[in-house]
Amino acid sequence: MNILVDIRGLKKYFPIRGGVFGRPVGMVKAVDGVSLAVERGQWLGLVGESGCGKTTLAKTVVRLWKPTSGHIYFDVPDAVKAEIEASEASGNNSGKLASLLKENDLGTFSGARVRLFRRRAQLVHQDPFTSLDPRMKLKNIVAEPLTIHKVLSGDAQETAVKELLGTVGLSAGQLERYPHQFSGGQRQRIAIARALATKPEFIAFDEPTSALDVSVQAQILNLLKDLKKDFGLTYLYITHELLIAESVCDYIAVMYLGKVVEMGRPEEVFHTPRHPYSQSLVSATPVPDPKRRVGRIVLPGEVPSPANPPPGCAFHPRCSRASEQCREFGPELKLVGDDHYVACFHPL
Amino acid sequence: MSDWKFMARQLTRNPLSLMGIIIIVFFVIIAIFAPLIAPTPEGHRDAYMIPRDGYSATPQPPSEEHRFGTTQGQYDIFYGVIWGTRSAFHVGLVVIGVVLAIGILLGSVAGYFGGVLDEVIMRITDIFMAFPGLILAMAIVAVLGPSLRSVMIALTVVAWPSYARLIRGDILQVREEDFIEASRGLGASSGRVIIRHALPNAIYPTLVMASLDIGAIVLAASALSFLGLGAPEGYADWGQLTSFARNWIVGPPGNPLKYWYAVTIPGLFILFFVLGWNLLGDAFRDILDPRLARR
Amino acid sequence: MQQDLIRIRDLSVRFYTYEGVVHAIDDLDLDIRQGETLGIVGETGSGKTMTALAILRLIPYPGKIESGSIVFFDRDGGGELDLLKLSEDKMRSIRGNKISMVFQEPGAALNPVYTIGDQISEVYLLHRRQELGHRAKQRVDSLLSDGSGFASALRRPFWRWQSRLYDKIAQDSHSVEPRFLSHVPLFRRLLRRLRDEAKLLTVDMLKNVEIPDPARVAAQYPHQISGGMKQRAVIAMALACSPELLIADEPTTSLDVTIQAQMLELFRRIKADRGASVVFVTHNLGVASEVCDRLTVMYAGRLCEVASVEDMFLHPSHPYTKALLDAVPIPGKELQTIPGALADALNPPPGCRFHPRCPSAMPMCQRERPKLKEIGKDHMVACYLF
Repeated sequence: MNILVDIRGLKKYFPIRGGVFGRPVGMVKAVDGVSLAVERGQWLGLVGESGCGKTTLAKTVVRLWKPTSGHIYFDVPDAVKAEIEASEASGNNSGKLASLLKENDLGTFSGARVRLFRRRAQLVHQDPFTSLDPRMKLKNIVAEPLTIHKVLSGDAQETAVKELLGTVGLSAGQLERYPHQFSGGQRQRIAIARALATKPEFIAFDEPTSALDVSVQAQILNLLKDLKKDFGLTYLYITHELLIAESVCDYIAVMYLGKVVEMGRPEEVFHTPRHPYSQSLVSATPVPDPKRRVGRIVLPGEVPSPANPPPGCAFHPRCSRASEQCREFGPELKLVGDDHYVACFHPL
Repeated sequence: MSDWKFMARQLTRNPLSLMGIIIIVFFVIIAIFAPLIAPTPEGHRDAYMIPRDGYSATPQPPSEEHRFGTTQGQYDIFYGVIWGTRSAFHVGLVVIGVVLAIGILLGSVAGYFGGVLDEVIMRITDIFMAFPGLILAMAIVAVLGPSLRSVMIALTVVAWPSYARLIRGDILQVREEDFIEASRGLGASSGRVIIRHALPNAIYPTLVMASLDIGAIVLAASALSFLGLGAPEGYADWGQLTSFARNWIVGPPGNPLKYWYAVTIPGLFILFFVLGWNLLGDAFRDILDPRLARR
Repeated sequence: MQQDLIRIRDLSVRFYTYEGVVHAIDDLDLDIRQGETLGIVGETGSGKTMTALAILRLIPYPGKIESGSIVFFDRDGGGELDLLKLSEDKMRSIRGNKISMVFQEPGAALNPVYTIGDQISEVYLLHRRQELGHRAKQRVDSLLSDGSGFASALRRPFWRWQSRLYDKIAQDSHSVEPRFLSHVPLFRRLLRRLRDEAKLLTVDMLKNVEIPDPARVAAQYPHQISGGMKQRAVIAMALACSPELLIADEPTTSLDVTIQAQMLELFRRIKADRGASVVFVTHNLGVASEVCDRLTVMYAGRLCEVASVEDMFLHPSHPYTKALLDAVPIPGKELQTIPGALADALNPPPGCRFHPRCPSAMPMCQRERPKLKEIGKDHMVACYLF
């Protein structure tokens, strides 16, 4: 097993500022202790509803945001991780620990080191209508990462841009155009071409098809499949649409209120979900088949605010299986099957 | 490219903005060809000093020799307004240029980085904006000593805070856009993000304000000149010409309009100059207003 | 056979833009039957939202309804009305009353400075004044007959006056005296029972759309409640006057899956309880299959196929419908894509607008537009293959 991205106990809190002096009066716990490993070449799907922290997690992993605590290891050998863990556990030798973390934990990087890391990991935004600078021409948009990292310039750069556009299925004759002259699907292709420019190993996608039409969505998904195969990429794919996650991802993590509640292979998570939340998500997803209309589990209530999550298991107020234990203690992820983890005291 | 075409078409389609363009172009031509329109007399040392024909205080009406007449002190009005056009452009463009530079620099830094830096810069603008503009300008000119340069410095000091604020507000808005985050995600440095992405998307309202303000700046400079706090006596400057005419606004009893030319002609030049920039600025604002996007 | 509620014929909507004329809807024929839920499915630019807006004559500038007719068969009393020929005044009395609409963004449909209760009450005050007058009169009358004692004796004359005023409103909502008094300070208070009655109806309505603690929600402002609650409130507002037709434009698109499931449940119940027709505009085929009885598929401003939900999903006939269904990710199935891009709205292809992307296009498809043809019971397709 070759793990490319290893997230350990990641937390990202946003302060809620209030009062006269703008002091933090509370914390939005957007990501609250997530551990997740993405294997090299994997297509990891992160599913959940709005406000569950999936976008925050992705943006923290690619270091658009700095984590509040926890570690992110990007392509770090297991031995080093073990060494860090050991010195953390022993509690002494803090100088060595600090230098080890500074070398290896992406969460501690800053400035130039983060910028250097960006060559290896990219993020594709949700809405291609806002993620491209409206006052930039296509050629400059796609060439920007090459210019920033001084990879190529001049004619070589233009050739590279044309090649990238070909890779994502756009014609090279539109280099002088502005983003508003392209359709949604084409724009998302441009964004993908831009992400590919520095030949990254890892790309995080933040619901890249949710702003697109069904037929275009299928084109983009097939493109992502091909790119992954051709370039040996690793994907972190965020979506709220279970059908997409199930049809394209190799591994699924379900998030609820800042925590991963279930992880496993898609066929297991979606066909034999063990967490009551995953089960109701699967059940609530509308499927284009009029025969499957009945037997839905309609969850009562709504997702609580991450600024003020319920104590114990965050899902317990909406859960039909909740017990006294769930109200007081938060369950940890437990192995319940072949590579199948669930955080629930009373799994299905 | 199509953006520029679209803009040009909109500019020429609206009669008012077309008028603004014509007025400004007219003034530009006057400024460029000033030496041909109103040649400097032989042996006159400084072309910007208005030649005078005697020392009598009473203005003289237009004649063969002085096309627009002479004003108090026998300064030639025609020469004064023609070369004054150059002064007007000089004051307006230089002040706006410097103001834009300061405003964009401080405003974008404050807006993009936020935090303490933002707080400090904005409080400084608050202090400047707490004074009435013209009074502050007068005080500065009084301290520096009356000269055209002092006027320009004073107007710059008065005008920059509103530009810094405007830019800051727009940067603040653009900063939240996805494409800014995307560019950071590509590894762009803050400087690059500001210059290549934030500013190009935030600067248009400021440019509109600048084009509207060129007229206002010239008007303020004229006002200072009118109050005697401007260029040295005899310098070709519209404000100074109106200042000379101050005592001759009303003629002798029985003929109140006797010295009309001394007031009206420099006044008309100021009026049309300001009007031209206002029309142009309004036209830019309408074109760039996102609510009036192409339909 | 159910009766028609709305019969749209030859409807054309055009947008006059800077770049050129966009044919948003092109000669559309569509029937909406009584008591059915009709789904309109399509991608961006298919004209599905415009069709919904055209029924209410709410096409935004610079769009214009160019031609056609939209006949509304008003069950209670109105007879046959061509909505496109009505005066704006008459149209206003239909909007929100006999035909109402739920928009995609619940936040945008609610005014942030009024409470939820105020906004829904407004609908009653606008369209149900007579009924409110009647209810208020009954309430005052019961006070008159019950009341005894000194305090009530003092207030009796006022109650009588109120009773008379409310009776006038109940007879004729435009009656002059109460109208005049409603503009006079102090006397205005005489009429406040109308508002009280509207509030009561509002709370009832909120309960009806399964909002927990409706009285509290009615007193809250939109920003104080969640997105799902907002959408429920908007639906309550749309249902306030028991419309004969409810038009829902992507009502669940901005909601989460679990909330969407709650909302679909609600729509199903509304239809069962009230027998109103619902037009459900959506791009999500899954959602459409959940709630609709009949489906229409639109492409580039034209109808491709109309069929019952079962027929549409089990025997899709139009090549576009087939392609659209294949493009939905189904686990375990290879994703099929539709080649090419959506038809350019400014320069749509001639003939059948789908022909450049159609796998079974024939020469004829490029020349002439296919007509809707009945190929089975309640199953119409606009394609030369049939």
